Amino acid sequence: MITLSSVTKRYASDVAIGPVDLEVPAGGITALIGPNGAGKSTLLTIVGRLLGMDAGAVEIAGLDVARTRSADLARVVAVLRQENHLVTRLTVRQLVGFGRFPHSRGRLTAHDEEVVSRSVDFLDLGALEGRYLDELSGGQRQRAYVAMVLAQDTEVVLLDEPLNNLDMAHSVQMMQLLRRMTTELGRTVVVVLHDVNFAGHYADHVVALKDGLVRYTGTPAEVIRAEVLTDVFDTPVDVVDGPRGRLAVYY
Amino acid sequence: MAEALRPARPPVGVSGADERRSGALPTTRDRRRYVVLVGALAVAAVLVAAAMVGWDNPMPVGSEGFWRIAELRVTSLVVVVVVAFCQALGTVAFQTVTANRILTPSIMGFEALYRLVQTAAVSVLGVAGLALVQGVGQYVLQVVLMVAFAGLLYGWLFTGRLANLHVMLLVGIVLGGGMGALASYLQRLLSPTEFDLLTARLIGSVANADATYLGVAVPLAAAAGGVLWWRARDLDVLALGRDVAVGLGVDHRRRSLVVLLLVSVLMAVSTSLVGPMTFFGFLTAMIAYQVTGTYGHRQVLPVAWLVGVVVLGGAYVVLKHVFYAAGSVGVLVEVVGGTFFLVHLLRKGRL
Repeated sequence: MITLSSVTKRYASDVAIGPVDLEVPAGGITALIGPNGAGKSTLLTIVGRLLGMDAGAVEIAGLDVARTRSADLARVVAVLRQENHLVTRLTVRQLVGFGRFPHSRGRLTAHDEEVVSRSVDFLDLGALEGRYLDELSGGQRQRAYVAMVLAQDTEVVLLDEPLNNLDMAHSVQMMQLLRRMTTELGRTVVVVLHDVNFAGHYADHVVALKDGLVRYTGTPAEVIRAEVLTDVFDTPVDVVDGPRGRLAVYY
Repeated sequence: MAEALRPARPPVGVSGADERRSGALPTTRDRRRYVVLVGALAVAAVLVAAAMVGWDNPMPVGSEGFWRIAELRVTSLVVVVVVAFCQALGTVAFQTVTANRILTPSIMGFEALYRLVQTAAVSVLGVAGLALVQGVGQYVLQVVLMVAFAGLLYGWLFTGRLANLHVMLLVGIVLGGGMGALASYLQRLLSPTEFDLLTARLIGSVANADATYLGVAVPLAAAAGGVLWWRARDLDVLALGRDVAVGLGVDHRRRSLVVLLLVSVLMAVSTSLVGPMTFFGFLTAMIAYQVTGTYGHRQVLPVAWLVGVVVLGGAYVVLKHVFYAAGSVGVLVEVVGGTFFLVHLLRKGRL
């Protein structure tokens, strides 16, 4: 679904990302994990063409990201950054309505409204859809943004740390929603996660990055292992069998 | 793939199916309110226009002399309409692209450039210089100069390595400050007579405008404003910030550059026509956002224009017929605008 070939981004002579070669399969959740500064978010924003690369190529569903028109890409891939500051005062539903922009250029049809309604309901925001974003809690606002991305109706969804600032319950809820997006709606979700246990529990594929390079890829069972995580995070990590699956312990 | 979305669950807490709408004016009530608002503003604008043309006309209504005097005053009315159009649309679009509701495009050095050109003409050529910077050719030249200045600034900063909006704003302000300082210095070297004549040109005034400029100003403003209106939905997306806009498939850099150039055309047309109006655009944009209560540029732009006509025309009528000082409309607008700005900022704590 997503192919990265020799993707490189240079910041200074000694700080660089890549060259990264990576194949993200269609369907399921792919989690990018790794320590701070490993280049997870950078890689995700490059794939989502929010950031240019110095060398290499990214292909999403057969479209070259650097050469395809941004408007055409917006119907194939949706991307959401961690922090979104809005000058505009919007209600939840108005924000989600913007997700239809790639399809209707701002003239919302009845079909668009239907997709917006379904996206709002999918994220359980029906009761909140008339509320302004600045009246919501962090978790609700995060869900509203994900609803917008969902309404964009793309095969691929890229999310940069969607669990940031969410508490335990909201984090679990968000990951379950992403899981349902892949199983019920057939989307391919790529997500940057900080918590390796969330990656181990909810992801179908895990990509571990370190120092701008892909170190390990595989299923959670292959990557969430003591020696792998210890190497990637440079800190002693044990993996134990918990009541609901394997857990990385590093406290 | 939309069909793959699960069928909607029964909506929670939503009254009617037709109320589940997105867009700038989602509910029937919003739409009705907007129509009433535009209607009321249009009526107010027509009243102001009628007052500008008809108030204190010494001839009996309907006589030949009445219409002759009215005809002369229509020029001022057209100037007010054009300036309101330029400043209102220019400021709203500029605020959207810069993601900031406090800025006005005036700070980007347009007014300082105007001051410098006018001052330089007087200081080099004396009083005769003022006559030399007047005329359609000179007007066009001044507009071209301002747009070229903006184009260079934006083009350089947007395509270069420093592709950063804040750097661009800062450079614009610094250049504006430099040109303003140079103009002030030149003004100190002027004789009192020259300075007096110059001052009259440097305070925004409807009376500064020459009717012959309108043949150029109106088409230019209409073209630039028309494009902004046509791409107004792109402005809605640009207002969401760079990352979201790019994610939704809007070429943020190119769109921003085009909008900024259109804004510079509007500001150049207005400033060259009547002189600096620092707070006027800000005032109209802020009132327009307050009263429309929506993000939609299709809705905000016309309201801002109407508000501009009412405010500027109203100030003109009040000054001309109450204070007998039609020349200094800019002063009143600045004082009212500045006060309004402070009150608004202190009351709301945010913009």
